[in-house]
Amino acid sequence: MYEYFVKRTGQALFTAFVVVTLSFALVRLMPGNPADQLRGQLIRNNPSLSQQEINRRVANYINIDYSAPLHEQYLDYIAGILRGDLGQSISQNASVAEILGQALPWTVFAFSVAILLMFVVGIALGSIMAYWEGSRFDVGTTGIGIVLNSTPNYVTALLFLYVFGFTLGWFPTSGHISSQVVPIVDPLRPVATFQFVADAVYHASLLIAAVVITGFGGVALAMRGNSIQVLGEDYLRVARLRGLSDTRIALRYVARNAILPMYTGLLLAFGAVIGGSAILEQVFTYPGLGYYIVAAVEARDYPLMMGGFVLITLAVVIGAFIADLTYGLVDPRVSTGGDAS
Amino acid sequence: MRVVWNDARARIGAVLVLGFVVMGVVGPALVAEPRVGQAPLLVGPFQGGIVGGRWYELTSTSLFGVSVPWVALHWPLGTDNVGRGILEQIVHATPRMLTMIASAGLFVTVLGTSIGALAGYSGGRIDQLLSTVIDIVMTLPGLPLLLILVALLEPKNPVVLGVVLSLQGWAGMARAIRSQVLTIRSTSYVEAAQAMGLSTPTIVGKEIVPNIMPFVMINMVNAMRGVIFASVGLYFLGLLPFSEVVNWGVMLQLAYSNGGLLTVDAAHWLLVPMVAIILLSMGLILFAQGMDRVFNPRVRARHAKTTGDSEETESTETPTRAVSMEGNL
Repeated sequence: MYEYFVKRTGQALFTAFVVVTLSFALVRLMPGNPADQLRGQLIRNNPSLSQQEINRRVANYINIDYSAPLHEQYLDYIAGILRGDLGQSISQNASVAEILGQALPWTVFAFSVAILLMFVVGIALGSIMAYWEGSRFDVGTTGIGIVLNSTPNYVTALLFLYVFGFTLGWFPTSGHISSQVVPIVDPLRPVATFQFVADAVYHASLLIAAVVITGFGGVALAMRGNSIQVLGEDYLRVARLRGLSDTRIALRYVARNAILPMYTGLLLAFGAVIGGSAILEQVFTYPGLGYYIVAAVEARDYPLMMGGFVLITLAVVIGAFIADLTYGLVDPRVSTGGDAS
Repeated sequence: MRVVWNDARARIGAVLVLGFVVMGVVGPALVAEPRVGQAPLLVGPFQGGIVGGRWYELTSTSLFGVSVPWVALHWPLGTDNVGRGILEQIVHATPRMLTMIASAGLFVTVLGTSIGALAGYSGGRIDQLLSTVIDIVMTLPGLPLLLILVALLEPKNPVVLGVVLSLQGWAGMARAIRSQVLTIRSTSYVEAAQAMGLSTPTIVGKEIVPNIMPFVMINMVNAMRGVIFASVGLYFLGLLPFSEVVNWGVMLQLAYSNGGLLTVDAAHWLLVPMVAIILLSMGLILFAQGMDRVFNPRVRARHAKTTGDSEETESTETPTRAVSMEGNL
C-alpha cells in the first residue's frame, strides 16, 4: 500500500522535474530559442544599452542570467520557479505569475463544470444504451456519438458563437463577466454573490456547451462498452438468481463496475481539455490560461509563453498524480499489486 | 475484404476516406486553382437553387477527339470575400493535408510500435526506462507544447508539420502495444506455435501481428485525427505561417477574421471547411472500426458464420476503443 504511494509520488516529482528541465531546454537551447530572441529584441529596441544592462534585463524578464555559466543558469531558473517567480511579461506589463494567477481560476471553473457535465450526461446515456443494446435508440445514439466525436470542439464553438451569440444574441460573445458586476464571493452578501456566480455561468455557458456537446459522445460510447461487458459477467447472473432487485443490480453492480475504469479517464480528460483550452478561449475571447498563452505567442512575449506552459504542464502533472493516488483508494485492486502498468 | 463491406459503418468510412484520397490526388487537376478575383465576391453556394441554378452548366468537352457531354461548374460552393472559389480552396488544400496526415500516421506508427514492442519484449530495466518515458510524454499537455514548438520552428513543409504535431501521439500507441506484447507473448497459442517449431517470422506474422493490428490502427487513426484537429486549430488561430490557402484551417481563420460570424453572406465560407474536417475525421474513425473487424479473428469467425448478414453486428468487442474519451485535442 505505502509502496504504491511512494512509487507514484516519486514518479510525479520526476515528471515535474523533467517538465521544468524541458522548458529550460526550450527557452535556452533550441535553435531560435526565446532567450536569444528576447535578447535580440532588447538590443534592437535599445541599441545604446551596454551588454551588462541587456543581460540584467533579460534576467529580469525570464530569470536567466546570461553572464553566468549554463549550469548556474539552469539552477537559477529552477529556483525561480520553485519560488513562484515565472518572470516578467513584456506585452502585459505585469509579472507572469500575477497574470496567470488571475486567469487560472476562470479556466478551472469553466472547464471543470464542462467536464463534470460531459461525464454525467455521457454516463447516463451510455448506461441506457447498454441496457437497450441493439435497439433503435442505441444504434441512433451510437451514430450521433461518432459524428459528435469527429467534430473538433472549436468548430462547435464557432457555430454556437455564430448562432446563439451573434445571430440570436442570447449569449454574450466575449469576456468572463459583465463589466457592471462586482466579482465577490461572500456568504454575508448572498445577493451579490449569486449575481456574480450567475453572470459568470452565463458568460461561460457557450464554452461549456461546446465542450459537453463534442465530448459526451465519447464518454457515452465508453460507458456503453463497459456496461455491456459487465452485463455479461457471471457474478451478475448470480446476483439475479439471488433475487436482488433490478435497481440494486443496476446501481451497485453494473454502474459501479462500469464507471470505475473511467475514473482515471475523467482526470486525464481534465488535463487534455485544459491543454486544449487555448483555441476555445480564443474563440470566445475568454481570458483564461489558454487565452493568455495564445496572446503571448502572437505577441512573441516569451516570458508569458513559457510561464503558461510550465504552469499548465505542472497543473496536469498534479492532476494525473491525484488521479493515481485516489484511484488506489477507489479501486482496492490497484494498490494490492494488481497494478500491471 | 467482404468482411469490411458487410459492415455499414466500415463501408461509410472506407467511402469517405477513399473520397478524400481521390480528391487529393485527382482533384487539383480537375478543379481550377483558387486565384484572387477569379469570380464575383461572396457568391452564395448553389447560386440560383440546387436544381436549375446558375452554378452548373451542361456543356460538352472533347475527350481523345470525341465530343462527350460534360458539366461545367461555376463556383458550386460559393466564393470568399476576394473572389476565390470555396470548393477550389478546399480541393487544393487537400493534398497538403493528406501529406501531413500520412506523415504523422507513419511517424506515430513506426515510433509507437517499435518502442512499445521493444519495451514489451525486453522487459527488465529497458522496459522500466521506456515505460517512464512513455508515461511522461503522455502526461504532457499537448497543445501548449505544440504552440511553443510551432512558434519557434514555424514549419511550412506539411511533412515537418505532421511530425511536429504528432510528437506526442506515439506514446499512447507504444503503451498499448507494450501491454499487448506482454499479454500475447505468454499466451498458450504462441507457446504452442513455438513448440511446434514454427519460425519466428511465421509466429510474428500469423499469431502476433493480427492481434496487434487493431491497436495499431486505432491509435494511428486517433493520432491522425489529433493532427487534423491540431493543425486546423493552429492555422485557425493564425499561429502557423501561410501565404495561400494551404489548410482548411486557413479558410476558417480568414472567414473568422473577416467577420464571417457577423453576416449570413459568409456563412458558407465557414461551414464548408467545417464539414470537410468532420467528414474526414469521421471517415477515419469508421474505417478503423471496420479494419478492427478484419483483423480481429473472433469477429471474423462470427462473420464467416453469418455471411451476407449486413445487420449491425454485435459490437461489444472493440469499437469503443476507437473513440477517445479525452475530448478533442
